[in-house]
Amino acid sequence: MAERNGMVERRGAGLWLTHLGLIVGIAFIFFPIWLAFVASTVEQQDIVRPPMPLLPGDQFLSNYARALSSGVNAPVSTMLLNSLIMAVGIALGKIAISLLSAFAIVYFRFPGRRLFFWLIFLTLMLPVEVRIVPTYEVIANFGMLNSYQGLILPLIASATATFLFRQFFMTVPDELAEAARVDGAKPMRFFLDILLPMSRTNVAALFVILFIYGWNQYLWPLLITTDPEMNTIVMGIKQMFPSGDDIADWPVIMATSLLAMVPPVLVVVGMQRLFIRGLVESEK
Amino acid sequence: MATLTLSNVKKSFGKTDVIHGISIDVADGEFIVIVGPSGCGKSTLLRMVAGLETVTSGEVQIDGHRVNDLEPMDRDIAMVFQNYALYPHMSVFDNMAYGLKIAKTPRAEIEERVAQAARLLQLETYLQRKPRELSGGQRQRVAMGRAIVRKPAVFLFDEPLSNLDAKLRVQMRLEIKALQRELGVTALYVTHDQVEAMTMADRMVVMNGGMADQIGAPLEVYANPATEFVAGFIGSPPTNFLSAEIIGQSGDARIGVRPEHTRLSDSGNLKARTVYSEALGAETLVHLKCADGTQVTVRQDAASTIPQEGTEVGLDWDRANEMRFDSSGRRC
Amino acid sequence: MEKRVKFKGIWLPILLVLPQILITAIFFFYPAGQAIWQSLFIPDPFGLSMQWVGLGNFEFLLSDRYYRASFVTTAVFSILVTVVSMGVALYLAVLADRLVRGSGTYRTLLIWPYAVAPAVAGVLWLFMFNTRVGVVTWYLGLLGYDWNHVLNEGEAMGLVVIASAWGRISYNFLFFLAGLQAIPRSVIEAAAIDGAHFWTRFRTIVFPLLSPTTFFLLVVNIIYSFFETFGVIHTITSGGPQQATTILVYKVYADGFVGQDLGSSAAQSVILLAIVSILTVIQFKYIERRVHY
Repeated sequence: MAERNGMVERRGAGLWLTHLGLIVGIAFIFFPIWLAFVASTVEQQDIVRPPMPLLPGDQFLSNYARALSSGVNAPVSTMLLNSLIMAVGIALGKIAISLLSAFAIVYFRFPGRRLFFWLIFLTLMLPVEVRIVPTYEVIANFGMLNSYQGLILPLIASATATFLFRQFFMTVPDELAEAARVDGAKPMRFFLDILLPMSRTNVAALFVILFIYGWNQYLWPLLITTDPEMNTIVMGIKQMFPSGDDIADWPVIMATSLLAMVPPVLVVVGMQRLFIRGLVESEK
Repeated sequence: MATLTLSNVKKSFGKTDVIHGISIDVADGEFIVIVGPSGCGKSTLLRMVAGLETVTSGEVQIDGHRVNDLEPMDRDIAMVFQNYALYPHMSVFDNMAYGLKIAKTPRAEIEERVAQAARLLQLETYLQRKPRELSGGQRQRVAMGRAIVRKPAVFLFDEPLSNLDAKLRVQMRLEIKALQRELGVTALYVTHDQVEAMTMADRMVVMNGGMADQIGAPLEVYANPATEFVAGFIGSPPTNFLSAEIIGQSGDARIGVRPEHTRLSDSGNLKARTVYSEALGAETLVHLKCADGTQVTVRQDAASTIPQEGTEVGLDWDRANEMRFDSSGRRC
Repeated sequence: MEKRVKFKGIWLPILLVLPQILITAIFFFYPAGQAIWQSLFIPDPFGLSMQWVGLGNFEFLLSDRYYRASFVTTAVFSILVTVVSMGVALYLAVLADRLVRGSGTYRTLLIWPYAVAPAVAGVLWLFMFNTRVGVVTWYLGLLGYDWNHVLNEGEAMGLVVIASAWGRISYNFLFFLAGLQAIPRSVIEAAAIDGAHFWTRFRTIVFPLLSPTTFFLLVVNIIYSFFETFGVIHTITSGGPQQATTILVYKVYADGFVGQDLGSSAAQSVILLAIVSILTVIQFKYIERRVHY
C-alpha cells in the first residue's frame, strides 16, 4: 500500500473527517443489529413499554435457550439444522453438477454439446421466482413438499457455477491434459487427480457464495415447507409473528434473527478472501 | 531402446493439408532434431508420433510395431513440453511418479526410479517442492525427470528450451544431449532454433511448409543444402542469394554463396556498395547492397580491412562454393 | 475459444452433463414452459378445466389498474433501492479509498451485512419502526412525528426501501472499493498537479473511470430489487397498505398462491421472465464490451 501514499492522501483534519464519515456509515449499518442484539438480551416487558433500553440486559442465556429449545412454532435448533442442510446441499449439489458438466463441455466433443451448452446457459440469471407456480406444482407432483430434496433441487438448476468452472477450465493449459494423457491418465482420472485439485480455490470461493445464497432463501422454503419441522430459520422468523393482535415474543424473535445471521456472517468474515474472490468471479 | 519409422505420414485438418507426407527411419539411440520456422508442421509431426494427434494417412512404427491407433501411454514414449506442463498442485516427486502410479508400478520401484532420475538431474533436494517454488531451469529438469522415470523407448521434446534465457539454454542443450547419450534412448526433438539443431542432432530434418526439405547430418546439410530454403534457414548469418543474371550467367537459376565463402576483392566481377559493418571481435560481418538492391553479407576475419561505409567494392568467391537452385528452389 | 485437447468418448461426456441437464429440464425448462402455457388459459371457477384465452390474460393484465400500479411501484422501488444503496456505498468506498492505512479494517466491518438475509433485514427494520414497540417510532414520536407505515403508503415504501438498500450496501461497497483501487494513482496525481481539487477530480476523472463498475452494479441491483427483496416486503408490509408496496414478484406470489389465480400469475411470470431476459441481454452485451476493452 506504500505506493498509495501520495499528495492526494488526506492529512490532519481531513483524515479525521474521513474516519468520522466511515464510522457514521458503519454505525448506520450496525445499529439495527445492535438493537436486535439488545432486544435478544432483555425481557419482553422491557420491549413492549417503549423506549426499549439501548444497552444489553441479563436475559441472554434464557432467551437464546428458549429460542433454541422451543422457539414459537418449531425449535430454532431444528430450523438451524434445516437451513444448514439446505445451504450445504445447494452449495455442494450445484458445485458437483457444475464441475461435471463444465468438464464435459470443455474437454469433450460429443453430439449435442452445443445444444447442452446453450440449454444450460439459458438458465443463467433467471431466478426461481419467475417460474414459481409451475415449479411448485412439479415439486408437489413429485411428493417433495416438506422435504430436503424439494428445498434443494430447484435451486441448483442454474448455470452460474457451470459458467465459472468453464471459464476456469479454459485457462488450464492444454499441455497439462496432454501430459496426463502421455502419463496414461484416462479422462476421469485426469479430472480427479489434476483438474479437481487445481480448482479447489474456485470450489471453495463458490462454496462460500452458494452457502449464503442457500441459507438466505426465503420465498421457496416459505412455499414448500408447510410443516414447521421443515422450516428453515430465515423463513421461520416471519412465522413466529402472531397472526392476530397478539403481541409478538420479541426477545425470542430477535434471538432467532441473530441466530439466523451468525452462520453466514461467520462464513463471510472467516473466509473473507475467498468470499470476495467468489463474489467478483461469479458476477463477472 | 527402439527404432522409429515414419512412412509417408500425412496430416490434414479438414481440407487443409499440414503435413504432406514425411518418411524417415530413426535408428536405435539416434538423436533426431526436427527444425523449421513456426507453422511448418514440426510440432504436429511430433504430436502425431506422441499420439496426441491422429495420423491422417501413412504409418508410424515404434520398434517395428504400428502405433497409429495406440493411446500415448501405450506407445512407450515420453514427452517434454515447451511449457513443461508440470502438475502445479503436485510435488516434484509426485509429478515424476504420476505416470508410474497410473501404471500401478510397485511403490518401492517408483521410489527407486524417481530417486535415480533425481540423482541424474540433481533434483534430489527438491523432491518435496511444488513446481512454483522452482526456477525455470529446475522446472525444465523436472519435466525431463518425468520423461526419464518412465524408461520410454522414445523421448519426444517439443521446443523444451524456448522458455529459458539464452545462457541457460546453452547449458541445458549440453545436458540434454549428454543425458540422451548416457541413457541411449532414441530421441525426437523439435525446435525452431537452427543452432540447437546443429549442435544437438545426429541427424536433422529441415521442415518447410509441411514437407521435409532435407534429412541428414548437420554438417552435411550445412555443406550441401538440398533446397534454397534449407540453405537460407540453416546457417547464421544466412546464405547470400543472387540471381544468375546479375553475375552474368544465363537462365533463371539462383546462386547461393555462404557469407564465409564470399570475400571483398577489387577483381570481383560483382560490384556492391557497403551499407554497414558489424565488428564482432573474432570476425566482422560486412553488409552490402548490389546495384539491383540484393543484399549480401560477407564474413571476414577481424584482421582484414573494413571498407568505409558507402564505398563501392567488388565481391568474389570460389566457383566450388557456389550452390545453384532452380526456379522451384531445388538444387541443380 | 476451444481446447485443443479433447478426450475421446461420447457416452462419458453425456453421462457427465446428464445430472445438470435433468435438473435443468425438470426444474427449469418444464416449469418455465408451463408458465408460458398456463398464461394462455384461464381455469373455470371450479378449477376443473382450463379454457384457452390466447393472449387474454396479458390483455387483461395490461388493462388491470392494480397490475399497472404494481409496475409503477416496482419501478419506483427498484430505482430508490438502487440509488440509495449505491449512493451510500459509493460514499463509503470513496472515503475508505482515501485511507492509506485501515481501509482493510473498514472493509471487514462493512462487508458482512452481505450475509444477512433480506427477510432477516426486514425483521430488524420492522422491529425498529414497529408502530407499537419500535425505538425509532418512539423517538420520532417525541419529535412530534407520528410514524405509521401500516397505514401510510409513503412511509411503508420508505421503510421497505431502506431495509432493502441497507443489506445491499456491503455488496456495492465491495465492488466500488475494488473499482476505485484499480484506478491508477498516477492519473489522480496528475490531475492534482494540474490543480484539480477533490470534487473536480472525482467528477472529471474518478467517476468516469468508475463507470464500468457503476453500470454493472446498476443492472445487478435492479435485478436484486426485482426478486430478492421479496423477503423484505413479505416480512414488513406484505405488499400493503393498499398494495402500495406490491412489487411485481410479490404480486406473482399473491395472485398465484394466495389468490389462486393461476392464469394471471403465470402471465405475470412470463412478463417478469421477459424483463429479466432483457436485463440479462443488456448485461451480456456489456460484459462482452468489457472483455474487448
